[in-house]
Amino acid sequence: MSSVAIVGAAETTELGVIPHMSQLQLHADAALNTLADAGLTAADIDGVATAGESPTAIAHYLGITPKWVDGTQVGGCSFMIHVRHAVAAIQQGMCETVLITHGESGRSGIGRGGFRGGGSDSLAGQFEAPYGVVGPPTMFTLPVLRYMKQYGMSHEQLAMVAVVQREWASRNPRASFRELITVDDVLNSRMIAYPFHLLECCLVTDGGGALILVSGERAADFPRKPVFVIGTGESVETPMISQMEDLTSSRAFRVAGAEAMKAAGIGHDDVQHMMIYDAFAHLPIYGLEDLGFCERGEAASFIWEGHTRPGGRLPLNTNGGGLSYMHSGMYGMYALQESVRQLRGVAPAQVEGAEISLCLGVGGMFGASGCVVMSNIGP
Amino acid sequence: MTNASRPLPRPTPETQHFWDGTKHGELRLQRCNECDHIYFPPRPFCPACSSRAVEVFKASGRGRLLSYVINYRPHPAWQGPYAIAIVELNEGPRMMSNIVGCDQTPEALQLDMPLTVKFEQFSEEIFLPLFMPTGSV
Repeated sequence: MSSVAIVGAAETTELGVIPHMSQLQLHADAALNTLADAGLTAADIDGVATAGESPTAIAHYLGITPKWVDGTQVGGCSFMIHVRHAVAAIQQGMCETVLITHGESGRSGIGRGGFRGGGSDSLAGQFEAPYGVVGPPTMFTLPVLRYMKQYGMSHEQLAMVAVVQREWASRNPRASFRELITVDDVLNSRMIAYPFHLLECCLVTDGGGALILVSGERAADFPRKPVFVIGTGESVETPMISQMEDLTSSRAFRVAGAEAMKAAGIGHDDVQHMMIYDAFAHLPIYGLEDLGFCERGEAASFIWEGHTRPGGRLPLNTNGGGLSYMHSGMYGMYALQESVRQLRGVAPAQVEGAEISLCLGVGGMFGASGCVVMSNIGP
Repeated sequence: MTNASRPLPRPTPETQHFWDGTKHGELRLQRCNECDHIYFPPRPFCPACSSRAVEVFKASGRGRLLSYVINYRPHPAWQGPYAIAIVELNEGPRMMSNIVGCDQTPEALQLDMPLTVKFEQFSEEIFLPLFMPTGSV
């Protein structure tokens, strides 16, 4: 392995009592001084690690588009661990230039919004909460009318996402909702946040899941058919839905998806099974386009035409997804579980002969993304 | 003062100029003196080029309706469905807000309709920038 060096280091301009800076700005002040120390700007940074604030908030505030983030938050030694992760990431070629930040308004208590940014002095607390957002149904859904106008997607096409996933769920004994539904059923269900009806929003259920990973050399020593991780990607964009760069596309999806597919060395035609985290019905549409499986504006038609349903050429969300299978809050684990089942060949709605599965996750409201490409063929 | 049950912002040193502005009937944005980038939400450096040479200026208060949802779930500050909008300001940046002075329906809320800011007082210190259709009283 090649060695890794620290080429920039600085503290905040002031130390001690700094009541004129929020905690977020303390991170930024230290970061700007460190960038200057290294002769870099934010545009040169492609990896972000932090604790105390989310890496999403830090990256967005500084104007960074990372392809590697670490929000490991385990107390005062988090930053030592970030260094360790960063060394590994750089050695693995996941990113080239990592910025690790710390800032804490421990004395003055200014803008200590917390990891999820929930305080009334956080940016979201100041610039979104006053306008009546009440959870994901009023935030995650906000971009969609713009998408509909830009690409001519109809209410019926959006509803079809839920219809197709219910078709998959109907084949899955563990799915929460298994009765087949129609586009009319979706459009006649209760309005939650126009243009979203109840059946276009995910379930709220309880559950859990876990995974165990070992080195590829040991994979044959275990009883189950191994599933190899052949490519991964990650990114963050913004902690505020109102600050998305493009309301019709997720930058985090684009970065994480491209990185994972590149690392796996695969093209779109190589993917035989796909999971896209579907907290709401538009997510599969954004995911298919942002990963290049469909041209911009064409994913709704792709789903409408049946390409993602049982028997279609790109089986998608084959457990029924967050819309019909389950959604505990952080659904990503369940999407991974379904990819593993499919590649082991033991899924209730098995895709025959699937060798490569792509699993795309979202974090926050288009705030973050992780993408994992798996294969049941060893290296 | 109305709608006291809205969660109101608590300004930080970096955002104080914005909330001082709304109190004085001004929508204030920031511009980078090095690369001319105009941005929001507030911060004392440019998110496009990392320069600290930035200035605050009074924006036009005009924009267009970029996207929205009409929330049907209950909120203590509203009675009945209400729109939560993303407004694109004429200067470029986007911000979340509410659309006032028109029905909260898909028919009344047409994407790209021109909007003008209207400052409403919610506490002694906080005036929120809301938007109304341009030309409406």
